[in-house]
Amino acid sequence: MADSATTTGGTLAVPAAPPAETRAMRLRNFWSDYRQSWVALAALAVIVALAIGAFGAPFLVPQDPYDLANLDWMDAFLTPGEVGTGGYVHLLGTDNAGRDMLSAILYGLRTSFVIGLSAGALALAIGITVGLTAAYFGGRIEALLMRVVDLQLSMPAILLALVLVAVLGQGVFQIILALVVAQYAYFARTTHGAATVERRKDYIEAARSTPLPTRRVLFSHLLPNVLPPLIVVATVQVASAISLEATLSFLGVGLPLTEPSLGTLISNGFKYIHAGRYWLSIYPGIFLMFTVVAINLVGDQVRTILDPRNSR
Amino acid sequence: MTAALDVKGLTTRFDTRGGSVTAVNNVSFSVDKGRILGIVGESGSGKSVTGFSILGLIDEPGKVVGGSVLIEGTDLRALSPDDMRGMRGRKVSMVFQDPMMTLNPVLRVGDQMAMAVRVHRPMSKPKALEEARRALEIVGIPSPAERLKAYPHQLSGGMRQRVAIAIALLHSPAVIIADEPTTALDVSIQGQILAEVRRLADQTGTAIVWITHDLAVVSSLADDICVMYAGRIVERGTAEQVISAPRHPYTQGLLDSVPAQHEPGKPLPQIPGSTPQLSRLPSGCPFRPRCPRATELCATEPPVDDRDGQIVLCHHPLERP
Amino acid sequence: MFGYLIGRLAQAVVVVFVMSIIVFVGVYAIGNPIDVMIDPGATAEIRENLIRQYGLDQPLWQQYFTFIANVAQGDLGRSMVYNTSVTGLVFSRFPATVELVLVSVFIATIIGIPAGLWAGYRPNSIGAKLIMALSVLGFSVPTFWIGMLLIMAFAVELGWLPSGGRGEVAQFLWFKTSLATSDGWAHVIMPALNLSLFKMGLLIRLTRAGMVEAMGAEYVRFARAQGLPDRQIVFSHVLRNISIPVVTVFGLELGSTLAFAVVTETVFNWPGVGKLIIDSIMQLDRPVMVAYLVLVVMLFVIINLVVDLIYARLDPRVRLKGGS
Repeated sequence: MADSATTTGGTLAVPAAPPAETRAMRLRNFWSDYRQSWVALAALAVIVALAIGAFGAPFLVPQDPYDLANLDWMDAFLTPGEVGTGGYVHLLGTDNAGRDMLSAILYGLRTSFVIGLSAGALALAIGITVGLTAAYFGGRIEALLMRVVDLQLSMPAILLALVLVAVLGQGVFQIILALVVAQYAYFARTTHGAATVERRKDYIEAARSTPLPTRRVLFSHLLPNVLPPLIVVATVQVASAISLEATLSFLGVGLPLTEPSLGTLISNGFKYIHAGRYWLSIYPGIFLMFTVVAINLVGDQVRTILDPRNSR
Repeated sequence: MTAALDVKGLTTRFDTRGGSVTAVNNVSFSVDKGRILGIVGESGSGKSVTGFSILGLIDEPGKVVGGSVLIEGTDLRALSPDDMRGMRGRKVSMVFQDPMMTLNPVLRVGDQMAMAVRVHRPMSKPKALEEARRALEIVGIPSPAERLKAYPHQLSGGMRQRVAIAIALLHSPAVIIADEPTTALDVSIQGQILAEVRRLADQTGTAIVWITHDLAVVSSLADDICVMYAGRIVERGTAEQVISAPRHPYTQGLLDSVPAQHEPGKPLPQIPGSTPQLSRLPSGCPFRPRCPRATELCATEPPVDDRDGQIVLCHHPLERP
Repeated sequence: MFGYLIGRLAQAVVVVFVMSIIVFVGVYAIGNPIDVMIDPGATAEIRENLIRQYGLDQPLWQQYFTFIANVAQGDLGRSMVYNTSVTGLVFSRFPATVELVLVSVFIATIIGIPAGLWAGYRPNSIGAKLIMALSVLGFSVPTFWIGMLLIMAFAVELGWLPSGGRGEVAQFLWFKTSLATSDGWAHVIMPALNLSLFKMGLLIRLTRAGMVEAMGAEYVRFARAQGLPDRQIVFSHVLRNISIPVVTVFGLELGSTLAFAVVTETVFNWPGVGKLIIDSIMQLDRPVMVAYLVLVVMLFVIINLVVDLIYARLDPRVRLKGGS
């Protein structure tokens, strides 16, 4: 497509080589590119608001939904807006155990965030290590590592996570572990792909011919160059981790109702859907949807900005 | 006699976020039946955009904003989009620069050619394939019937460019616009194709517009030459006039930097500076900053100077005895 | 071509074999299934007998070889929960899942591809932007929640469609399918739509990206210069080029649709293998888990092979060679 560019407008206005950019300038440029889309801005605002709500939950909501002593059976199935025995309004109603839905949702959202972020971060770290190791050493190590990664990628993450949770049992830690195992391969593949392209370039050869330790070459030379695609994959994977955790919890193999995530709440509410008690499942679902969609939209915009084909 | 192609005042603009750019600026020329016109210019001079503007194939954000394009007397710019489509390939066709990219990689050559035949002349597919075979024969492709069954990647670059030329010839158009069709090819194959094109122009009477950056190519091929700079035609005349007695300082500079005409051992002269950005053109003559003859007068629009049909756009044209 | 097939098949056998070991060892690391299946009040003797009956007292490698030997004879073991042959169990549930997957793939294709083509043909139109926004929703909103919304809207509120289960089945050629009855269709349409959304979103994006790229390609410009109308350029030139990446990704995603059927089947109480595997995980029914996973791996390998073959047919530049 480069050729069609040269025949139309592409070469008409070749900009002069840009001056060397400082990190602050790059950041500012990134932000000014990011601002171009109001959808992406709104998505970012939604994420910030949800994060504040989730991590500030103990100070924001009337009830600690984890504390069974707070729950009163008398409050079960209150519709949104009703006042319960605690003397305050249940904005989003209560569930079958008398849990205030808004409180449960924000606490659950916190659990979802923690799981999504830690699974994403761990998977990123492991994936980068595997990908860079494979790309740097090449040969048999590369073949073996990438074979395993490819095999794993050909399996849907949900299936892998399902089996792992079945093996490991329920709980936050187990879920994170299952998600990491299911997701690191995406990072490894991305890192490896970008790194093999970089590897062929001269500067890596140059760095290798100096007596720098392997580790230094890997992390100070290769890593910065594979970072942009990784950032994009990371946003997508955090969203998918949150969604995957919710799915596992919904299927009943994720988190127990005593430490609810959004998925657990929806799963619990699903039982009452036929009885018309929609608020038990709809509201946590809406929060889940906003979280996942907003993260994906941010990732989309970041991808658009980092895509070299879109640079002007 | 009506010219095969008569372009008057053609102007094409690109409106982008960074501002408006006039890629083709008030361009006029005409080509008679069986003649070859060479349009010469550096990349970015607007020569390719001129070609695409003639066919009405300018994509957003570009737009042809003025002028007329007459093919055998019919103004293409006055036609409806559908009538314009009916002219493309039938009355005026085009050959592109890179033969590796112009053919669809996943369709057989014959299928692509048959499609091009049947779009203007409804007929059965075997008949269309027969037409295609004949066209391949005309451009000198050996065993054409077998080539029809081939996929583009099974042919060499030169062979593919011949296929593209054969496609352009399918409906015996009045005009063929060739946009650097030999640039991507080996020199030996380039020579063969040039000879072939010259023969085709003479035999079929098709007028050819040959767009190139290579002055050496047009000097041996073209009857007339237009030199383009920054979207304008700065010099126009017969090949003889332009090559042996250039009047625009830019043309002179181009000729001086052709290695073949240069004395060995001495450094090759170059035009100082670089191709200007169309979005930041100086006032008056766009060549002014690089021109050895420039004066203050050149900051105003250069006048048209016509001597024996050799036309230049310059305040200080080179005077020849 | 033949050598290629042999090479690929050999490769496939190795993959299935390795995966069977991983799955077997992995699944057998899960707690003791005997505790789940028997009455807590049962005597130690009954317990011992059962353990011996299922061969659980033998070392793991021996259990694995027994398993492989049985598989070679088409016997995947007995379900500890249903106490029937696993092979029979899985195959009795399989048609329902295949039915669901096929209908959902069909829905995804007939909506996703035209929508993607349009969005790529006129990328700046409002319609295109709307399509793209919906595609983002399609593959980012969790499947189970959309399924729930569908039930709430069409089953609970409007009452148009049943909320779950498989409908009446009828004989069609040599097998029984719910697609042969109107009641069956009423039951399948909602879960199939639910399952199709992710794929639809993906298809839209893929087709659109391919379309945008192709429309800027030189061969499209050349086709325009020949006077071909846009319709013909899209359908004769572009579609063929787009179909290569679309078919590839689509085929690979077929496997994940099978996996995501687990979720949809749970939401809609659809009696397929997905529901079976979830139940088995909950009840630690090892033989069923192993059988399901090995079966899925085999399906994946077959799908990959078929995709490669189709790929080679679509793209004349690809010549299949043996080995890798």
